[in-house]
Amino acid sequence: MSIAVVVPNALTPYTRGAGTLRVDAPCATVADALSAVAARWPALTDRVLTEQGELRRHVNVFVGDESIRFLDGLDTPVLDGATIMIVPAVSGG
Amino acid sequence: MPKYSPGSVIVLVGTLKGAFILSSDANRRQWKIDGPHFPGEAVYAVAHDQRGGRSRTFVGVNSNHWGSTIRLSDDFGSTWTGPERQAVRFPEASGLSLAQVWQITPGLPEEQDVIWCGVEPAALFKSEDAGESWAPVPGLLNHEHRSQWMPGGGGLCLHTIVLDPKNARRMAVAISTAGFYRTDDGGTTWHPRNTGVRAVYLPNRYPEFGQCVHKVAHHPSQPERLFLQNHWGLYRSDDWGDTWVDIANGVPSDFGFAMHMHPHDPDTVYIVPIKSDEFRVVPDAKLRVYRTRNAGASWEPLIDGLPQQDAYETILRDALTADSHDPAGVYFGTRSGKLFASANGGDRWTEIAAALPSICCVKAAVVGPH
Repeated sequence: MSIAVVVPNALTPYTRGAGTLRVDAPCATVADALSAVAARWPALTDRVLTEQGELRRHVNVFVGDESIRFLDGLDTPVLDGATIMIVPAVSGG
Repeated sequence: MPKYSPGSVIVLVGTLKGAFILSSDANRRQWKIDGPHFPGEAVYAVAHDQRGGRSRTFVGVNSNHWGSTIRLSDDFGSTWTGPERQAVRFPEASGLSLAQVWQITPGLPEEQDVIWCGVEPAALFKSEDAGESWAPVPGLLNHEHRSQWMPGGGGLCLHTIVLDPKNARRMAVAISTAGFYRTDDGGTTWHPRNTGVRAVYLPNRYPEFGQCVHKVAHHPSQPERLFLQNHWGLYRSDDWGDTWVDIANGVPSDFGFAMHMHPHDPDTVYIVPIKSDEFRVVPDAKLRVYRTRNAGASWEPLIDGLPQQDAYETILRDALTADSHDPAGVYFGTRSGKLFASANGGDRWTEIAAALPSICCVKAAVVGPH
């Protein structure tokens, strides 16, 4: 199984500059994929998930073109070859 | 070559869009502005610690997207170190997640590696390695009152930490909106100490806890005497918070946020009254700092150099501070991004920055010997 996780520029300092991470471990959901990412890049997932494992309020995660907020959240299933994209939400002031 | 020479003054300014470091020599006439550090991130807490031969700057940064953390610098902001992992973390069993760092306070002189940190949701964290790692204080995290604490406009934040130089087992915190809590056993148990402090927004105006304390100050030479700026109400305690008396004697409003102790005179305190909780600007469109030199028996307005017409300024709870020179430098920042300084204890003010981002917090330090 192979999944791509696309990282925004703001978080590439925590991936040694990599903008796309490959997850080759078996994973059924977005949570599984992020957990696999966390094993290697914990500082990255600290910024995506709270210490309770919840998606931060102003971070969006897409599977393909669909936001997981409108699917099953972190329990959204992922298939082999999927692309997961982490994107900062439109917010601020 | 050290960035700042001994005796010079640095003023750390946290804003909604980053941190700035202003610096001057001991005369405090000419200022340089360095920054922004962490541009775009909100900074509600700054501190500088010079105990134990250290010169460490702490900044609590909050990204709207990526969460909050504490960054450290040992060279006045030329470089910032991690930690890459977010070191201030709630335990999973608490069900809580860090929203904001509100206060960073170096510990007592004899505990050189201890740093305290107050956060939202209301909790106290302690570092015993000068800020590298942090752990919550369980007695407060698991307090039986927690479910009854209510968030104020700034969230449920622990914003003030008060230490006792004469008794290391005693300290206190202020939480909005929970009130003033003190421990006498090194943090194991915490008890509300709000007797006499009003809560105008509750049916019972004098509850055991639930007050919206905005700031508490005291002088290290007289730790048992505390001064308190409440959400309506200005108070003094002469018994380490057991009881409080009203000292709003001659101020235009007893609503306000900021309060700071004079560094050398335990009878002198500064505040900036705000008109009301509905209209949170200075009264009468005049920017006035008020000073008492007699522990609250009377207050005098300090206006020399401050705008006295069409001034609609707000000064937040941590945006008023002083350095340790004699005469003391006093500093405050406004939500509209102006930073004012006085090199003579508040008698005369100068605007030293005119258009910073909205100012959340200001702290000052005199640079020690390298």
